[in-house]
Amino acid sequence: MTEAVPSYLSPTGQEIVFLLLGAVAIGSALLVVTTKQLVHAALWLVVAFGALAGCYLVLTAEFVAWVQVLIYVGAVIVLLLFGIMLTRAPVGRSDDLDSGNRVAAAVVAVATAGVLVTVVIDGFRTAYAPLTPGAGAARELGASIFSTWVLPFEALSVLLLAALIGAIVLSRTDIRGGPPSPANPADGSDGEPGAGGLADGPDADPSRTGASKESPTDQTGGH
Amino acid sequence: MHIVYPALVAALLFSIGVYGVLARRNTILVLMSVELMLNAVNLNLVAFDVWLGDRLHSGQVLTLFVIVIAAAEVGVGLAIILALYRNRKTVDIDHLRDLAEPADDPSPEDDPGARSASGARMPATAVPALIGAPTGGPPPRSRSEEVGGAGGGGRSGEEGRAVEDGPSAEGLSGEEGRPGEDPGHLGRGGAS
Repeated sequence: MTEAVPSYLSPTGQEIVFLLLGAVAIGSALLVVTTKQLVHAALWLVVAFGALAGCYLVLTAEFVAWVQVLIYVGAVIVLLLFGIMLTRAPVGRSDDLDSGNRVAAAVVAVATAGVLVTVVIDGFRTAYAPLTPGAGAARELGASIFSTWVLPFEALSVLLLAALIGAIVLSRTDIRGGPPSPANPADGSDGEPGAGGLADGPDADPSRTGASKESPTDQTGGH
Repeated sequence: MHIVYPALVAALLFSIGVYGVLARRNTILVLMSVELMLNAVNLNLVAFDVWLGDRLHSGQVLTLFVIVIAAAEVGVGLAIILALYRNRKTVDIDHLRDLAEPADDPSPEDDPGARSASGARMPATAVPALIGAPTGGPPPRSRSEEVGGAGGGGRSGEEGRAVEDGPSAEGLSGEEGRPGEDPGHLGRGGAS
């Protein structure tokens, strides 16, 4: 795969398209981390993810490209926009989006970029891969997932289910848990017997005592 | 295609993500920067899968797995951020300093009066004031100081304040944030 490396001075059409898409992705990513408006950052992230999906398409990874468009551009950005809306973030320009350590962050980022670019150019200067279309189509990828990688696939589906349930538990307000429970470790069942009835979450103790106080017959019958 | 090109793009995207994670103050922007870094890794995986010509397509399959894990991470992360916003009324990382080392705190245990006085975190009693009138911050803060000072070392005053303030603050925040859930919150607030 590295015997005859074509020259860098005569780029093919695929490389030109890839570099243009990469420039779009990098430019919009820079705007994501430097813009003063929160909603514009999310919208520039759409451009960056779309350009990356184009990069995947050029690299003949069609299925990954469409999954990128579906999940990142379709779902993740919408989730982020909902997060921006629900936290009542400032919609217009706001000058306090950057913290005080911008200079240190820039120094660290430039150092990381320098090290990575140097190592990558030094290590993969002679690497060349001819692109054969159809190598990453849904047919090949699906056969590979459901024959070889089926166990990680199932484990990942369980992980996704656990993450969704965790997100629901974290974002519901009628499941008591977290901040009030460490403040009143033993006093919760005495102080608010009515609020314990709704709780079926992480703090099982006040809910159990509250339920037993409200309906003792159910407690004896159920257990 | 030369593998240097996608590797370079991925390296630069990763560095931009590092800058965003370190320099941004809003938590949602930090989450976006983490997404940028994950996408840089995905581009690397796809490029090396194409380069190595793996018959099992392990690189692209791992890219799909990373995308799924990133979606789960964004879901849980946003839920955590929303819970944080409900409790603290802020998502600025600079203001979330509960795990920082205490500067000159004589008592290692949690004393809400002292902590609200030092401004380390927003007290629960300041939440209604922030919702109702943004300029009316000081009165509930002074009240919490007074209660915390009166409680002193005694646990009873502190717990009583927490029990008293918990449902009212949460009811107000729920009423403010989600108008659709008003009856449940009001009913629960009336019951307790």
